[in-house]
Amino acid sequence: MNINATLIGQTIAFAIFVWFCMKFIWPPIVGALNERKTRIADGLAAAEEGRREKAEAQERAAKTRDEAKDQAQEIIRRAERRETEMVEEAKVTARTEGERILAAARGEIDKEINRAREELRQQIASLAVAGASQILTREVDGSAHSKMLDDLANEL
Amino acid sequence: MASEKLTSTGYIKHHLQNLTFGQHPDGTWGLAHGADEAKEMGFWAIHVDTMFWSVFLGALFLWLFRKAALRASADTPSGFLNFVEWVIEFIDNNVRSSFSHKNAMVAPLALTLFVWILLMNTMDLVPVDWIPMLASLAGIEYMKVVPTTDPNATFGMAFGVFALTLFYSIKVKGPLGFASELTMQPFQANNPILKIIFIPINFFLEFVSLIAKPLSLSLRLFGNLFAGEMIFILIALLFSGGIVFALAGGVLQLAWAVFHILIVLLQAFIFMILTIVYLEMAHSHH
Repeated sequence: MNINATLIGQTIAFAIFVWFCMKFIWPPIVGALNERKTRIADGLAAAEEGRREKAEAQERAAKTRDEAKDQAQEIIRRAERRETEMVEEAKVTARTEGERILAAARGEIDKEINRAREELRQQIASLAVAGASQILTREVDGSAHSKMLDDLANEL
Repeated sequence: MASEKLTSTGYIKHHLQNLTFGQHPDGTWGLAHGADEAKEMGFWAIHVDTMFWSVFLGALFLWLFRKAALRASADTPSGFLNFVEWVIEFIDNNVRSSFSHKNAMVAPLALTLFVWILLMNTMDLVPVDWIPMLASLAGIEYMKVVPTTDPNATFGMAFGVFALTLFYSIKVKGPLGFASELTMQPFQANNPILKIIFIPINFFLEFVSLIAKPLSLSLRLFGNLFAGEMIFILIALLFSGGIVFALAGGVLQLAWAVFHILIVLLQAFIFMILTIVYLEMAHSHH
């Protein structure tokens, strides 16, 4: 247990070790640790940001959905109203049309009746004339009695 | 182990003798055979075993940590790198809490001291006869495997720390500031005559406290580890005392080894913390 030059050797070894540690060991490891620290902090911040964005998006989606629901409701309501309107309109149109057709048909019928009546009258008249002329060929002069025959035809 | 004179005293003496290389009184250089020869070599001799084990363990520390440093990245650490990072964070926290100035040297210094001393102390847990026995088989007469039980090693580190405290004291406070710190306190006076009278008293007090720092630093470590080693040697002596003593020795060996783990760790930690504190004192003005 003598104090000797080992003391100097130990001091030198110590100095070299500290120098080496300071130069080649401490900086890379502490650098890596610090880098990791920042990376973790960034990651946490990003996660927080993502969470916030997700909440916002959810809120937005809910709002959009509600709006869409309202719009759909409105469209349905409008469609229903339009449907009733259309039915009413169709009813009115149908009625008018029916009435028009009815009127037209009535007119036609009247016209036909008149025409038929006229025709009938003329035919009866001519038949009567023909009959009468058959019967009265000899005594009745067609021209002399045509006035009376015309009156008869008008009465029919 | 010395072959013929295997007495208790001889055994203890043998275990406490460093493998010394130096100049014999007759002028030749070589290893000392025995304590007397080692003493005769004077200051310019070297403890080969202390140097070997301390440099070997220091290199081991640097190699392991350098390997980790090369692999260090911001990605997920694994295995040994994890452990290294844990040690570094532990040191970094200690330095941060005790050292408030900016100095890139203090933390690596603390790390080196802590791990190196821890490794050297841990050699104490290797059973005391193993390595000396192997060495004697290889023809090496003496082998002291715990460098921190050699005061040269502890003083060497403490002087390194002391030199740094002096350097930073002068660098931070200036030569005059440092001188006034040594002479103008703790006794202060406004009277110029009284001031001059106080200078030598202050200087004496401050100088003693200045010198006490490296001295206590190295002696504390040396004393603890030397005492621990001594007890291991004494326990080892029990193994030659018959079966009962050998059994008791085994139990004691185990108990002391477990307790010694605490001392091994604690002394390394204390050395490191005190170094940080001394450097903090060197950086701050009173």
